[in-house]
Amino acid sequence: MSLVLMITISLVVAVGVLLVLSRDMFRLIVGLAVLGSATNLIVFMAARPGSLIPPVIEAGANQLPMAAANPLPQALVLTAIVIGFALLCFALMLGASLARSSGNDDVDRMQAAEPPDTDPVKPQVLED
Amino acid sequence: MLVLSPLLVPLFTALLTALLSKQGTWRKGVSLLGSVVLLLCAILLLVEVTQGGRQSVALGNWPLPYGIEFSADRLSAALVLITALIGTAVMLYELRWNETASAGPGLHPLLHALLASAGAVFLAADLFNLYVWFELMLICVLGLLVLGGTRRNMEAAFKYFAVSMLGTLLLLGATGMLYGATGQLNFAALREAALRPEVAGTLPIYVGLILLALLLKAGAFALFAWLPASYHTLPAPVLAVVGGLLTKVAAYVLLRLLGDVFVAMPGMLIESLGWLAVITMVTGVLGAAYHWDLRRILAFHIVSQIGYLLLGIALATPSGAAGTAYFLFHNMLVKANLFLIAGLMWAAAGHYDLRRIGGLYRARPLLAVLFLVNAFSLVGVPPTSGFWGKFLLLREAFAQGRFVWGGVALVVGFFTLYSMSKIWLEGFWKPHPLDEPNSVAISKPLPVAAYAVVTGVSLLILIMGIFPEPFVHYVETATGAFWTAGGMQ
Repeated sequence: MSLVLMITISLVVAVGVLLVLSRDMFRLIVGLAVLGSATNLIVFMAARPGSLIPPVIEAGANQLPMAAANPLPQALVLTAIVIGFALLCFALMLGASLARSSGNDDVDRMQAAEPPDTDPVKPQVLED
Repeated sequence: MLVLSPLLVPLFTALLTALLSKQGTWRKGVSLLGSVVLLLCAILLLVEVTQGGRQSVALGNWPLPYGIEFSADRLSAALVLITALIGTAVMLYELRWNETASAGPGLHPLLHALLASAGAVFLAADLFNLYVWFELMLICVLGLLVLGGTRRNMEAAFKYFAVSMLGTLLLLGATGMLYGATGQLNFAALREAALRPEVAGTLPIYVGLILLALLLKAGAFALFAWLPASYHTLPAPVLAVVGGLLTKVAAYVLLRLLGDVFVAMPGMLIESLGWLAVITMVTGVLGAAYHWDLRRILAFHIVSQIGYLLLGIALATPSGAAGTAYFLFHNMLVKANLFLIAGLMWAAAGHYDLRRIGGLYRARPLLAVLFLVNAFSLVGVPPTSGFWGKFLLLREAFAQGRFVWGGVALVVGFFTLYSMSKIWLEGFWKPHPLDEPNSVAISKPLPVAAYAVVTGVSLLILIMGIFPEPFVHYVETATGAFWTAGGMQ
């Protein structure tokens, strides 16, 4: 189980990094989402998954069975998924409105907030 | 319950101000009232902590280490107080400020949520909880960045999002790995678990990952590109909160984790942090020297000052931690106040670009004096708070024989003086480029509340500089147990 997860995580991270390094804005956003999923898998793996015994205290017993699955990292992952999803939605909206207003989705051409570097000593005055 | 007030009060205020989205005057009033209540709660918390020692609450009535713990020791209580102080100052300053008028009803809820999340990070004693509040802080800042609605704001927000998101993911991944290695998330439990010999081999890797995430959030060298790309698009009052709090929160967490939780990290990690601190100082101050926009200059100085904070952490002694703590208190106030002063300069002279303004010394002598106090404090000139911050750090650096680190810190102070004198010469002494001193822009009356706020914070900075004894004593007690295997204060 751990080995399968490890290989999966490595692949997902590789895909995520490839997408994040792209100049295309939407690939970048998707790449961050993919990296987020890989991170969630890492947290999930911290629970040493593999146990099929649910974390429920049996009737009559007063503690979990020793080999029960660890529910805490799953709760953590759930929180992280919710936050990550909200941020992804926000980023997609932001990206869409940026692409619409500027007419391109190349992150290298996002220079509206930067002073043009025509002069190496003194940046140009920005209109705002 | 008092321990939870620094996050409950602003969250409640955020809710109220969000409900009052149509009543602008009421919203501002409620917002100001909320920040005053927060300030009172923070003062009460500080008094309780100084008299009764560390206060702690574990939520859900679970026993520790399972409950989610919030705790206030001397260090976090003081930082919460400064957060509340900045919040109140900005809400007062913003009362009659037309730069933020276009921001719409979202401004106040987001500002209060930001105050709540910063306060919660200072109080969190649980690694995962810390991550959640960092996320909330990121969301609030993204909201504040896009409020302006122009293409510049959007692009700045996108750059901020892309880089901060990587830091957040690193923080989450490292938290998961630390949990996997130790089985703990609570700080006190983590400290004990971290000393177990079986984790000694892998723990530095996980802690290193967390450090990487926090260095990105703090804006340390090589990871600070998001900061000068986004901060300068914010209006002055918002910038005072964001610039005064965000990176400092990350620096505080670095101090807490290295000095109080993972105390037995290998020397190489700490040593490299020190060199990183030195490079951060230099690159930040050189970046500031290039720029002419007031907000950009001050944003680059944030990076440079982060270097000083990291330097104190890298010295790895209680005295170094005390230096960082004092510098943190001083720098949060001075930085926020300098952004507020930049806002007043904008209101008086009409632009943030130094090449388009001037003549402020003749037109606004009081503003000139206030700027000088804060600029001297940032540089570290004696009668101000900045001197003692640098003095504590440099004394410890030289006592440990770190002459290169201390020497660079001194030289960087000189370059800071260069930037500040650039603002002084261009903004205050040079005549206004639109000719005569009584031109329309320069004779406009400025909001009195804004002046009063800036004057008040400047007085506090002077008091910290003229009577440093109680403040230095406070930080020395607050950080006395850092870098020792002993318990929290």
